[in-house]
Amino acid sequence: METAKKRILTGNKAMAEAIALEMERDSNVFVLGEDVGKYGGIFGSTQGLIDRFGAERVLDTPISETAFIGAAIGAAAEGMRPVAELMFVDFFGVCMDQIYNHMAKIPYMSGGNVKLPMVLMTAVGGGYNDAAQHSQTLYATFAHLPGMKVVAPSTPYDLKGMMISAIRDDNPVVFMFHKSLQGLGWMDQLDASVEHVPEEAYTVPLNKAKVAREGSDVTIVGIQMMMHYAMEAAERLSKEDGIEAEVVDLRSLAPIDRDTIVKSIKKTSRLLVVDEDYLSYGMTAEVAAIAAEHALDELKAPVRRLAIPDVPIPYSDPLENFVIPGPERIYEEVKKMMRS
Amino acid sequence: MASKKSKQFDPVGTLQEIEKKFEMFQVLNEEGEIVNEEADPKLSDEELQELMRRMVYTRILDQRSISLNRQGRLGFYAPTAGQEASQIASHFALQKEDFILPGYRDVPQLIWHGWPLHQAFLFSRGHFKGNQMAEGLNVLPPQIIIGAQYVQTAGVALGLQKRGKEAVAVTYTGDGGSSQGDFYEGINFAGSFRSPAIFFVQNNQYAISTPRELQTSAETIAQKAVAAGIPGILVDGMDPLAVFAATRDARKRAVAGEGPTLIETLCYRYGPHTMAGDDPTRYRTSETDSEWEKKDPLVRFRKYLEAKDLWSEEKENEVIEQAKEEIKAAIKEADNTPKQKVTDLMEIMYNEMPQNLQEQYEIYKEKESK
Repeated sequence: METAKKRILTGNKAMAEAIALEMERDSNVFVLGEDVGKYGGIFGSTQGLIDRFGAERVLDTPISETAFIGAAIGAAAEGMRPVAELMFVDFFGVCMDQIYNHMAKIPYMSGGNVKLPMVLMTAVGGGYNDAAQHSQTLYATFAHLPGMKVVAPSTPYDLKGMMISAIRDDNPVVFMFHKSLQGLGWMDQLDASVEHVPEEAYTVPLNKAKVAREGSDVTIVGIQMMMHYAMEAAERLSKEDGIEAEVVDLRSLAPIDRDTIVKSIKKTSRLLVVDEDYLSYGMTAEVAAIAAEHALDELKAPVRRLAIPDVPIPYSDPLENFVIPGPERIYEEVKKMMRS
Repeated sequence: MASKKSKQFDPVGTLQEIEKKFEMFQVLNEEGEIVNEEADPKLSDEELQELMRRMVYTRILDQRSISLNRQGRLGFYAPTAGQEASQIASHFALQKEDFILPGYRDVPQLIWHGWPLHQAFLFSRGHFKGNQMAEGLNVLPPQIIIGAQYVQTAGVALGLQKRGKEAVAVTYTGDGGSSQGDFYEGINFAGSFRSPAIFFVQNNQYAISTPRELQTSAETIAQKAVAAGIPGILVDGMDPLAVFAATRDARKRAVAGEGPTLIETLCYRYGPHTMAGDDPTRYRTSETDSEWEKKDPLVRFRKYLEAKDLWSEEKENEVIEQAKEEIKAAIKEADNTPKQKVTDLMEIMYNEMPQNLQEQYEIYKEKESK
């Protein structure tokens, strides 16, 4: 009988391990960004890399997002495979030109001849009192623009497998990791931020959603923290109300896995979309549109959406908790839907 | 880092000291005479002739491109006349393995680096095959966003450095581009890692209509290198020998691991900013135009070569005829390229087409078949 203890890793260790494995495998892979060296990334996603690979391959850069993202683009055009870290996704404002006009468009504008095999990883999400400029996910802002893949893994297993896929991908990939799922000691530690992660290198596709929980009564689509909250709500719905919710973890925002969403709606006939991003023009609207275009006749109730209202995220703890959807609100919303 | 102590409090004096040091480097004066024997790059007769040939060819290409644009046979075009020394003589100091990140006016350097003329014409027409650079042609397509190529150059240079290549990354922008954040971030980043890069500012005096004085209070753009801690030099951008010498020196230091250089070339664009409706008479006088025409790079280089018996009207006419023939053939080749379709554009975006695009592709494919 197998009794070996399964190795447990936090989200950030899983990411760092993925990068280390790829750096070992391919000498063209290198890391650059702010505080990615001795500090190990402020959310720990590059921890230990500088000790193993040295400052030649783990570059602490000037505080100059346009420069290091532009430099990653140039290095990728020259044949390297850079992994650049934008410390907070909120900082995209100072460097978006390099991201969406260059990283996303150079492959196209070169007639497909210039490949940019680079990863732009960035920390997203709130829920820990970091205020309006350090708490956003901005999922839809990136997923809206053609030319890049945009992924947001929800578990340590997927963080590792999708990071390896992202590094090996010849297209630029925006890799969003959620701060709360990194397993950081200075945040509230969540069960969801640790799990068994195999030691070897493995890949998880960048275009496939995952059914995180099977159910027959209602489909809840979410990503990262919203997926975990949906799981909590689903357990309660099952226990207290006998409602079986199916939870779809999107994992990838662009491309979006429509088939998995439509298949689940056909099974449950009800759809709730939950998002830690602003409500208007967001991922919830995209998933609702998919339902309207491809599964309208299957729906027994109107599609419902839960997201952050169109207001900057408050610093105040009670207010922040009030705007970000949580398990309680998801539970209530599903109950309302089941009545209709 | 600086720890030298001083009792003197003289910020104005310090600035003046710095600015005094950025004098214009010149080798060949407007009369075609060597005025700086020591800095003469001492090119061979054949090299001198080849440099002249390329500049004449490029002037003809500019004239023909303008008229092709007026006939509706070319699309986007940014005139180059007046900037031949800055463009061609700087490129003349580069090697094939060097990687160029051009601005939109820097089509000539790409052509002399190996970009076929008909592809440059296709680029002008917005055809996707224009920017499909052949294997081994180390360039990115001309950049349209002002200054954005500067930070990418720092990255190409980093890549060359990491891969141990004996080559430099070379980029060009204009006086307007030097006011962009990307300019500062690019030279600063490359300086931080001592990467092999050469940053050119072709100061042609106007950013569309905005004069150089409005871009910055700095006396020269070259002195901006001081803040990044890298060498900077102000060069007579109408003097091919000075531009060549400065570039060769910068390249030598870059390849030796001594880091990047900022080179400002003082020049002038005779024509409009682009062919899309710019009328320079709204912001420049004909006096200024003729003042700069007296400094013309072709005129002074022709004088210099004729005095050495290396150039003649006959030689020049040969080059002109050759240029016209090749341009004619290239435009024909561009005309013969199959028209592009929206589905072509969808195909070049990703290695593997994602589902959403695949569906949109099918819709357009059907539309295109009608």
